[in-house]
Amino acid sequence: MKGLKIIVLAKQVPDTRNVGKDAMKADGTVNRAALPAIFNPEDLNALEQALRVKDQIPGATVSILTMGPGRAAEIIREGLFRGADNGYLLTDRAFAGSDTLATSYALACAIKALGGADLIICGRQAIDGDTAQVGPQVAEKLGLPQITYAEEVLEVTTKSVKVRRRLDNGVETVEGALPMLITVNGSAAPCRPRNAYLLQKYKRAVTVTERQEASNDYIELYHDRPYLNIVEMGVKDIDARLEDLGLPGSPTKVKKIENVVFQTKEAKILGPSDANIEGLMIELLSNHTLG
Amino acid sequence: MANFYTDNPDLKFHLTHPLMKKIIALRERNFADKDTYDYAPVDFEDTLDSYDKVLQVIGEICGEIIGPNAAGVDEEGPKVVNNRVVYAPGTALNLQALRQAGLTGMTLPRRFGGLNFCAVPYTMAADLVSRADAGFVNIWGLQECAETINEFADDDQKQRFLPRVSQGETCAMSLTEPDAGSDLQAVQLRATQRDGKWFLNGVKRFITNGDGDISLVLARSEEGTNDGRGLSMFIYDKRNGGMKVRRIEHKMGIVGSPTCELVFKDAPAELVGQRRLGLIKYVMSLMNGARLGVIAQSVGVSEAAYREALAYARERRQFGKAIIEFPAVYEMLSNMKARLDASRSILYETCRFVDMYKTYAHISEERSLTAEEREEMKMYQRLADVFTPLGKGMSSEYANQIAYEAIQIHGGSGFMKDYPVERIYRDARITSIYEGTTQLQVVAAIRGVTTGVFLKQIQAYQNTEINPELDSFRRMLMDMTVEYEQAVAEVLEVKNNEYLDFHARRLVEMAGNIIMGYLLVLDSNRNSAFTKSADIFLKHAEADNKAKADYIRNFTMDDLGYFKYEASAPEYSSTPE
Repeated sequence: MKGLKIIVLAKQVPDTRNVGKDAMKADGTVNRAALPAIFNPEDLNALEQALRVKDQIPGATVSILTMGPGRAAEIIREGLFRGADNGYLLTDRAFAGSDTLATSYALACAIKALGGADLIICGRQAIDGDTAQVGPQVAEKLGLPQITYAEEVLEVTTKSVKVRRRLDNGVETVEGALPMLITVNGSAAPCRPRNAYLLQKYKRAVTVTERQEASNDYIELYHDRPYLNIVEMGVKDIDARLEDLGLPGSPTKVKKIENVVFQTKEAKILGPSDANIEGLMIELLSNHTLG
Repeated sequence: MANFYTDNPDLKFHLTHPLMKKIIALRERNFADKDTYDYAPVDFEDTLDSYDKVLQVIGEICGEIIGPNAAGVDEEGPKVVNNRVVYAPGTALNLQALRQAGLTGMTLPRRFGGLNFCAVPYTMAADLVSRADAGFVNIWGLQECAETINEFADDDQKQRFLPRVSQGETCAMSLTEPDAGSDLQAVQLRATQRDGKWFLNGVKRFITNGDGDISLVLARSEEGTNDGRGLSMFIYDKRNGGMKVRRIEHKMGIVGSPTCELVFKDAPAELVGQRRLGLIKYVMSLMNGARLGVIAQSVGVSEAAYREALAYARERRQFGKAIIEFPAVYEMLSNMKARLDASRSILYETCRFVDMYKTYAHISEERSLTAEEREEMKMYQRLADVFTPLGKGMSSEYANQIAYEAIQIHGGSGFMKDYPVERIYRDARITSIYEGTTQLQVVAAIRGVTTGVFLKQIQAYQNTEINPELDSFRRMLMDMTVEYEQAVAEVLEVKNNEYLDFHARRLVEMAGNIIMGYLLVLDSNRNSAFTKSADIFLKHAEADNKAKADYIRNFTMDDLGYFKYEASAPEYSSTPE
């Protein structure tokens, strides 16, 4: 059986789950310095599904593809520690300011430059933008079928996949032919932990830029151990139209940003009686706050 | 993300002890594996960096998975289904995470698929896991059995069994029986030979994780014998059948850890090493490893209890302020922390001794040691042999005291099932009982008193160069040492073994107070953050040793009579519920 080529699309995001007081700047933009940069949670769910497929199909490989600034190489290392085979960092000033349209275009071009894939798996959405658009747009641009909101890859062969989807009102099991793109829901299995063997093997994996920036005492290792070199890709490495990348390629315009602060405007004091509680329940049910 | 390693800088402090450089160089045979294994370190800094990074992974698994699962595991516990143990769901998830992270077989050589970590970082992992769930650490920590296989089994057995442990199979040490608890010489489970193969028949009781994949079983191989010299050690592979789990015990604490009663019926097994050396050599080694594990468990439990108490004392307000502001409360907390720091310090000191002598022992199988190395190996073995029971005795008693006071600080709420401290208190109780009660640790550790091994080490600590501002501590400890030597002399000059046994715990604890006092002073010398604990610990240690010295001074052989009981008193009998 020939191996499957799997690409996981991942994004480094600010950790918006534990926001403190200084999470937002006065102008309403995210204060990235105050929030730790993490592997987008649903992309980790996606990685786990990819690794499970790899566990089942002999010779399958999992590559991580991420677009971002130089430090996004951190999540590629995270992926290597958990079982990915290699990683590609798509980084270039020309990508700066990309919205979902420009991002998915750049990613689709990069996937083509990498020779395509049998299976592309990504998280449903990133916690910084919450758009859930990039995965589906990549599939469209590559002309691939897609399964969204996947919770578990139930069966996989080198030709097809069977996937359970988690929808608002239940679950749905669908099958599709490869090549295919899957977006994975946060309700899917959590990603396996970093592995001690892989951590020791890959802890010095860096991009060329990182290697040049850091004083590195182990420089000869990069020659003897080629897997320590994380591949950096720029605009010149992908066949893309410049006008469709970055800010020029992004039609999304932010019109206005509003700071929404929830305030108590109206309060009703209820006494501690069963009748009051019952009244409140009826009220909440009738205005559909509950149920 | 909760991380039990990164939120506690004390662990990294002990990981970077100056002796680690030598331990790692020996352990890694000057980094000979680096060209054979892609995960082997290339130098000392690289090794330490790998230890640090792997401990971060363990800390995260403890904080995010094992810790949050602990309450559920305690409530559900394991079950026996069709004569097999089924773990609580949380236990199974914990094991899965640690297997996926490659954290089984941590200390085994790389050729058996292990990480080749030395005892210090492995024990730190046990320290972390114990803080997360003191019951679960038993199941995971039984990978220690593989160390005994690696030490005493033949190469064929190592090749067959050790990679399985590295792959995540669990172990058990089947030693005790209904009538052979502390007294293992009384073991009756029979091992008989048929057509050159060994078979086991009999019952084992109180076996932690008894249904593990690979067990080390102590059995009577020599017919007609009745003592320890008729016992041999066997490897039992569960895949071969012949063993059933009859029941699991209902315990007060460490509920998630299945304590099994096992029935062996013609169960095929393999002899480990030589016949008749089962108890006198192999169990002793197994036991020392297990005792070190209990020190780690005691430290982890103490850490958990202290943190719960500290958080509660800051949060709980009475009489218009946080209760931590009351002297009665902050005194308890500071004493807890001082004892916790002292326990952790003796834990890693003992680990370093174990690392030094065991690594030399393994090297001696590859090449002959120089006279100097042999001398060093013997010195560290002597130290490990008495520091292990000393550390186990002291730290497990402290764990109980710390857990007790953690409940006290919670007041009535601590007595309820609503806070984790109630489970921690129950879990702590076993540490001073199993792998030898505190009373039996004293029996082993008293040799450190009578042979002068403790005193010699105390003098070595005394002669270590320290910052001048710590000198007042040293003077205090020197006075305590004179007092200790005098107390030892007073007991020994009576020349009566029962008299020595009677005072043994006092003498061992006096030595322990001085040793742990010095360790905290030496810790303070490397990092002034420990000075507070050193000060608090020494104030107590000084007063405690004085009281013990007075007790011994005012005691005579005649006084012993007042304490004695007749062995049989028919009007009383103990009845199980």
